[in-house]
Amino acid sequence: MGKFNRGGKKGMPELNTSSLPDLIFTMLFFFMIVTTMREVTMKVQFRAPQATELEKLEKKSLVTFIYVGQPTLELQAKMGHETRIQLNDRFADVNEVGDYIYQERENMKEEDQPFMQVSLKVDKDTKMGIVTDIKQALRQAYALNINYSAAQRN
Amino acid sequence: MARKKRTMPGVNATSTADIAFMLLIFFLTTTSMNTDKGLARRLPPPPDPSVKQDDNLKVKERNVLQVRINKDNQLMVGSEYLDVAQLRAKAKEFIANPNDDETMPEKHVVNIPLLGGDNMVTKNHVISVTNDVGTSYQAYIDVQNELVAAYNELRNEKAKSAFGKDYVNCSEDEQKAIRDFYPQKISEAEPKKYGGK
Repeated sequence: MGKFNRGGKKGMPELNTSSLPDLIFTMLFFFMIVTTMREVTMKVQFRAPQATELEKLEKKSLVTFIYVGQPTLELQAKMGHETRIQLNDRFADVNEVGDYIYQERENMKEEDQPFMQVSLKVDKDTKMGIVTDIKQALRQAYALNINYSAAQRN
Repeated sequence: MARKKRTMPGVNATSTADIAFMLLIFFLTTTSMNTDKGLARRLPPPPDPSVKQDDNLKVKERNVLQVRINKDNQLMVGSEYLDVAQLRAKAKEFIANPNDDETMPEKHVVNIPLLGGDNMVTKNHVISVTNDVGTSYQAYIDVQNELVAAYNELRNEKAKSAFGKDYVNCSEDEQKAIRDFYPQKISEAEPKKYGGK
């Protein structure tokens, strides 16, 4: 019947790699679950201010982001160094913030709308003038839950 | 030689690993893992234009802690200059008013069943943060952070003395009771225009 050591004198048996794809797929699924798609390309520099008493931002679907900072290095030649607001993928003015909030709220599920949160990602060297203006605009748009994005200080 | 029994050769699967790797790398580059963190705040609703702003609605002076930040990021608390590092202690003293100081916020009786019935709570205190147009954002966040830290420390102390555990480990009801004992009242004052733009 079967001839067992047919191969003769093989030194080492080859490593079985048939389960390697499964391993990689497991990793892939892990990363797909724990990460979120980066939804916008950054057009402003954002270096988070540091703080210690941070709360986690729950439920990404409820959160709208507003970025504030200087234009990125590539865009500085065109846009200058002045602090700008970025909504989605474009620069915007303070008086567009209200419309943006309304629009984002429309896009949310109706039962989620009261829980809308706005995360302000403001560069740490920004002057407060523009932040205050944004805050006033948010108040007018009834987006009252805000979150000052910050990094953990050690 | 023995004859081969198999007629179909197995599909060569050695490259599946490479394909999966490529997918993995694609997802790694396009996604962001950073969990967003920040200081949560609730803004007051917009002022109603039909209702005239009543400037005479004065909160008693002893109930208000004025925190001002100027354009050079210097801090003024009440009537004295302070460093950011000193703000936390100052705020804690103000919120808790441990010695029933005349100049500190007055206390009211609030019934909190979980904390043994009636408690004396400084429920009308307000910490008012005012900033200048030129204040840097980091300085503003520093101040906000210290104020939140003051509340968190006080709540933690209360939780330890009342329930014997940290605030975060308390049950929902216990946390609520402590929040009633130390209500967080940080007001972001209406911005004042100093001169025209």
